[in-house]
Amino acid sequence: MSIDFIIAAFITVVGLTTPILLAGLGELVVEKSGVLNLGVEGMMLIGAVCGFALTYTYGFDYPGIAPWGGILAAAAGGALSALLFGFLVLELNSNQVATGLALAIFGTGLSSLIGQGFTGMIITPFGSIFPDALATGRYSQVIFGYSPLVYFALAMVPAVHWFLNRTRAGLILRAVGENDLSAHSIGYSVKQVRYAAIAFGGAMAGIGGAYFSMVITPMWAEKMTAGRGWIALALVVFAGWRTGRLLAGAFFFGVLMTLELYAKASGFSLVPSEVWAAMPYLMTVVALTLISRRETAGGNAPACLGKPFLPTA
Amino acid sequence: MTTRDTPRLELTGITKRFPGVLANDHVGFAVQPGEIHALLGENGAGKSTLVKMIYGIMQPDAGEIRWNGQPITVASPKAARRLGIGMVFQHFSLFEAMTVLENIALGMDAKIPARELEAKILDVMKHYGLKLEPRRIVSTLSVGERQRIEIVRALLLNPKLLIMDEPTSVLTPQEVDQLFVVLRKLAAEGCSILYISHKLHEIKALCDTATILRGGKLVDTCNPKVETSRSMAEKMIGGSLKDIQRQPGVQFGAEKLVISDLSIPAAGHFGTALKGIGFTVHAGEIFGIAGVAGNGQNDLLLALSGEVLSARPEAVTVDGKPIGLHAAKARRLFGMATVPEERNGHAAVPVFSLADNAILTARDRLGLAKSGMIRAGAAWTYADEVIEAFAVKATGPQAMAESLSGGNLQKYIMGREILQKPAVLVVSQPTWGVDAGAAAAIHQALVDLAAKGSAIVVISQDLDELLALCDTLAVINEGRLSKPMQVAGADIEEIGLLMGGIHGDAQATAAAKEALVHAH
Repeated sequence: MSIDFIIAAFITVVGLTTPILLAGLGELVVEKSGVLNLGVEGMMLIGAVCGFALTYTYGFDYPGIAPWGGILAAAAGGALSALLFGFLVLELNSNQVATGLALAIFGTGLSSLIGQGFTGMIITPFGSIFPDALATGRYSQVIFGYSPLVYFALAMVPAVHWFLNRTRAGLILRAVGENDLSAHSIGYSVKQVRYAAIAFGGAMAGIGGAYFSMVITPMWAEKMTAGRGWIALALVVFAGWRTGRLLAGAFFFGVLMTLELYAKASGFSLVPSEVWAAMPYLMTVVALTLISRRETAGGNAPACLGKPFLPTA
Repeated sequence: MTTRDTPRLELTGITKRFPGVLANDHVGFAVQPGEIHALLGENGAGKSTLVKMIYGIMQPDAGEIRWNGQPITVASPKAARRLGIGMVFQHFSLFEAMTVLENIALGMDAKIPARELEAKILDVMKHYGLKLEPRRIVSTLSVGERQRIEIVRALLLNPKLLIMDEPTSVLTPQEVDQLFVVLRKLAAEGCSILYISHKLHEIKALCDTATILRGGKLVDTCNPKVETSRSMAEKMIGGSLKDIQRQPGVQFGAEKLVISDLSIPAAGHFGTALKGIGFTVHAGEIFGIAGVAGNGQNDLLLALSGEVLSARPEAVTVDGKPIGLHAAKARRLFGMATVPEERNGHAAVPVFSLADNAILTARDRLGLAKSGMIRAGAAWTYADEVIEAFAVKATGPQAMAESLSGGNLQKYIMGREILQKPAVLVVSQPTWGVDAGAAAAIHQALVDLAAKGSAIVVISQDLDELLALCDTLAVINEGRLSKPMQVAGADIEEIGLLMGGIHGDAQATAAAKEALVHAH
């Protein structure tokens, strides 16, 4: 195994880690506020198509800023679709699991609709913004060879951790997720906090989705996130709602997915490559089972996760 | 009335109407600076509504609130806190998975850096002798410690009026004493205290004035030091109080219920493991199990009802027959009936009629279901009989269980079990959230059932209830049961220490008592 192979593999792992890390961080914040949004997959797809559409449309005239606009569009698309979910579960008290699943399906359909005119188009990948010498150097690419989104995702890990554990707003957010009725009786607006968390989660999922359409394969294809939204959900549970473990978990999934790619490409594998392909989904089933067993599993799960907020007074 | 300074708080003509109920009808009273003022009344008398208006959670429909002589409107709890009104709720609004410090920070309106806040908290705790560790996670704390968090939270705002809503309902006698020390110190420093309770001896011990409410109306404002507990209770219920009628000189019969070395692992995260529980209840005996909530009472009830099976058949015997491996249905056939704490959803199905609820537990013993078919007529007759015998206020056997008030549903559930003439009856919190009239009826029914030769186990957090009702008493703490003692010669101090976790042996108890005496 040559050093070049290891470098290439590592870069692939980082690339596959980034979108689920972004979506997972967003979902972590949402779940910490007591809301279970299963629609990550849908929000990622909406983000992917929004980001691609804007970048493609303005890419020729404004090549420098169009990708940044694309990222903003992806965040906005994800956040808007999340707010639709938020309206349903916070105002109409609809069942969060059912509504989240509906959002996942809705997002898949809506992204296909928006993306109809963009199928087969190609944009310049939103790659490294460092000088070529650094970005493509044999060793320096390990540090400098990534899209700005990778650094953003990595920076968000300590940022989210700091926000949740060191700021007053984060304390209130955790309080709302821990005991919504108490937070309400003390005088915090449970709905406002949850809307904000849901919008943040949607924006992060949207950016995670855009990583597919703007960085990995710089083109739009239906269902191109290929179930990564579900993996992000599983990740939050496996991480025990902790940011550090989320990063480790995302990297672990990244390795799994890289192995899958390698198995497919080389045709050499101990188990059929389909087993690798199925692995993330199996993990998802396990994760969702763990969520529903959280009362006995204990740990760091927010006590109000997935429960409707029904104040009496 | 002495002509002291202007009252700290003065209410006149406060009226609040809810659909169908007049919760407060022209209520007025005054609280002086530094006064401990009791607000007394049964469930539903309008105490909670009244303090909610003082604390700004609700607005009165009519009437005036004066604060230091100035008429005010309290728009929100935040406004109340700004005025200097603090409140400690009966049900704590705490966040289980967070630390004491984080909990207090969440309750503060002002944004204070964590380090400064911690220093302030330590200050307040030291001044009032409230022991707490700021970095502990709340879920590891006892109920008394949790209440201290709420008190510290209120005291950090330097309140001029502190409202305490039923603060002692979950405390051990020692914790009550400690609380009273804090409250007296606060009052001595000029803080007024509005103390809501229905425990009359506490009010006599603590309060300067008592305002009694009944059915939303002010009945009397009196001096509890002069009144007797009985006279205040009669004002509270608006009639004469019935004592429990016992037949004198009753001898216990044979052993009915024998529990021996009953151990059950903890169920889930919040369960308590039962460790080697053993006791014997004779025919005609009422056996009380005291303890602070969450020490295994629920687990014990489930183990007795048959919802959780024992490891050995001999762990639970009724009339000498081992039934430890039998489930609830079979245990009922052996004559063991149980009434759990939670009325709606455990003892009764809320959306079932009273007749249908009767079928659920009486189908085998009274033949309300035969060869798989429900005998609706028999069920109806039986439900009617229970309603009649226990004076349940309901429209009839067709009434939904959820439509009954807590006290009436409890009377119905108790009646449903008692009229089946069980050999053994186990009840948990029989009068929790039940008004004094209904509680007296339930107590009398239990005493009568025992007189007819049944063995009765009463699990309750209300020590007064157990002392009044039981012949024998044991204390449960962390899943262990103390040695049974005769209620007639029981030592309250010792019971309190057992509730607080000092186990069994006489030496440790004596040592703890000694320490307590020195501390005073």
